[in-house]
Amino acid sequence: MSMFKVFDIAGSALNAQSVRLNTTASNLANADSVSSSIDQTYRARQPVFAAMLNEASGMEQQAGAGVNVKAIVESQAPLRQTYEPDHPMANEQGYVFRPNVNVVEEMANMISASRSYQSNVEVINTAKQLMMKTLSLGQ
Amino acid sequence: MPGLNDSLGIHEYALNLRARRAELLASNLANADTPNYKAKDIDFKSMLQQYQAGQKSATAMNATHARHITPGGQGVGGDAMFRQPLQDSIDGNTVNTQVEKAEYMQNALSYQATLTFINGKINTLRKAIRGD
Repeated sequence: MSMFKVFDIAGSALNAQSVRLNTTASNLANADSVSSSIDQTYRARQPVFAAMLNEASGMEQQAGAGVNVKAIVESQAPLRQTYEPDHPMANEQGYVFRPNVNVVEEMANMISASRSYQSNVEVINTAKQLMMKTLSLGQ
Repeated sequence: MPGLNDSLGIHEYALNLRARRAELLASNLANADTPNYKAKDIDFKSMLQQYQAGQKSATAMNATHARHITPGGQGVGGDAMFRQPLQDSIDGNTVNTQVEKAEYMQNALSYQATLTFINGKINTLRKAIRGD
């Protein structure tokens, strides 16, 4: 029954979008976490989405594809390095390092993720209504 | 007088096709943020016409040799076509969320219309059986 696959597909999208929201939350929370060395500084994290490969189920040809989170990559953008000798976290040279989180980008990301989440919830709701109507067929 | 099996006519097939299309459109919406994903859809009219012309699954392949493998089910995966994007995006994704949403809603309405037709057929049959 292919209407059930709509639930799987939209469900995978809900999962992926919530991972995206999670990384955004983590990036925003750590936007100002300072550190005294390059290695220990937080870097912005972004999920990489990829369409799910159809399972070779053999019997039925699958038309739709869900989405999964292939990886979560750390941004390679340069860290913000500032000279603040009075800062308690400053290193010997007087520098502190701040994460490469772009707050404006993250906010846009958050809005996009929540919109996508909403539209997938609508898809599931509609599919549910169609299923309910189909169940009451002939009554 | 058609048999009971045929009494639902084309609506049974149309319902299946609508469900498959819902699946395709749902996967387009699910992959709205996936880089390089290309939106897909089926040509509902031509698939239905194919079915009416041949009275068989529109996607069924002809087995012209005894050792040909017949795929199970009536998938639309092979008949799905890529949608022409209205505007290109930088990540190679061709999903237009608004278009897909509108198509999905329209498809859902058509699905319900088909359900209504089938319900009518069932009621007709029931009346004929009861005879009242």
